[in-house]
Amino acid sequence: MNWPSVKDLANRLSNKKGDVILMNKEMFLKALELLSDRIIDSKELLNDLDTQIGDSDHGSNMTRGFTEAKKKIDMVKDKDFSTILKTIAMTLISTVGGASGPLYGTAFLKASMSVKDREVLVGEDFIKIHENVISGIKQRGHAERGHKTMLDAIIPAYEAFKESIEAGEDLKIASQKATDAAKEGMEYTKGIKAIKGRASFLGDRSIGHVDPGATSSFIIINAINDVIKEG
Amino acid sequence: MVGIVVVSHSNKLAEEVIKISMQMCQSNELKIAAAGGTFDNRFGTDANRIMEAITEVDTGDGVVILVDLGSAIMSAELAIEFLGDVVAKNVHIADAPIVEGSIAAVSQASIGATLQEVITAAEDAKNYPKK
Repeated sequence: MNWPSVKDLANRLSNKKGDVILMNKEMFLKALELLSDRIIDSKELLNDLDTQIGDSDHGSNMTRGFTEAKKKIDMVKDKDFSTILKTIAMTLISTVGGASGPLYGTAFLKASMSVKDREVLVGEDFIKIHENVISGIKQRGHAERGHKTMLDAIIPAYEAFKESIEAGEDLKIASQKATDAAKEGMEYTKGIKAIKGRASFLGDRSIGHVDPGATSSFIIINAINDVIKEG
Repeated sequence: MVGIVVVSHSNKLAEEVIKISMQMCQSNELKIAAAGGTFDNRFGTDANRIMEAITEVDTGDGVVILVDLGSAIMSAELAIEFLGDVVAKNVHIADAPIVEGSIAAVSQASIGATLQEVITAAEDAKNYPKK
C-alpha cells in the first residue's frame, strides 16, 4: 500500500472539523478517472451541441482522447502528479484531432507545470492551476471571456474558487462554488454570439445554443468536484 | 532551401494543395510535406505529425507552415514549441490562405528565396484580388 506522506498526515491531523482541505493522490487518480468517464459518457450530448454550431465531432474527439488518456493514466499512476497530468496532455494533443486537442492538451500541460513536487493539493494549488490553465488556453486559442468558449465556464469557476479560498472556506465549499459558477458560465454561453472557433462563421445564428467546449469544461470541473465532495 | 509544410484537417486536401503548388516548383531540391488529418485518418490535426513533417523538410534554411483553420493553427504552434527554441526560431506559420499561400511559398522557396521572403510571399497572397 501507499503510505500517506508526512505532509498528508499533518494536514489530516490538523483537520479536526472534518473539513475537506486537500486532495491526496487517491482522490487525484479518482478525479482523473471520473472526469474521463464523464466525458466518454457525454459523447452524444457533446456531439449534438457541436452539430448545432460546429463540426459535430466534439464528443467523438473528446471521447477518443480521454479513452486513450485513461489507458495511459493506468501506466503512470505510480508517478507524481505532474508526470500524470503531462501524460494526459500529450495523449490529448496527439489523439483528439479537433481544436479541443491542443486546447485541453495545453490546459493539462499547464496544470502539470503547476504541481511540480506536490504530494497533496490544497486550495492554493488549485488557484495556481486555474491561473496557469486560463492563461494557457487564452494564449493558445487567442480567446477571451465572452467569446463563447470553454473560458466562459473556467474563468467564473476560478473566480468563485479563489474568492472562497481567500475567505478562509475549505476546499469542499470552494470547489462547490466553482462548479456552480462553471455551470452558470456554461449556461451563459447560450445567449451570446460566438467570436472564436468555427461557430463564429455562423454569426448571430450561433446565439441560442450552449457552447460545446464550455459544456465539456463544466463536465470536467463537476467531476473533480464530485470527488472532492466525497473527501 | 526553405522547406514547406502544409497542414490541413484533411490529409488528402493537404496532399492536393501540394500537388497544385508543385506545378510552380523551379527546383528539384525543394522539400515539402503534408501533415493533414489525425493519426487514424479522420478530419483533424495532430501536433506529432506536424512535428515530423517539419523535421523532414528542415534543411537548416527555415520552414514555412501553411495551415487551414482552428486546430491546424494550434497544433502547428504546439509542434513548433515541442521542437525547442533552436529549431523553433526558424519555423514560421504563414498568416495566409492555404492554397494561394502554398503556391506563392513554393514559387519563392524553389528559386532560393530567404525564409523571410517566402513568408512575405505567402502572406501577400491574402491580397490577391479576386474581383
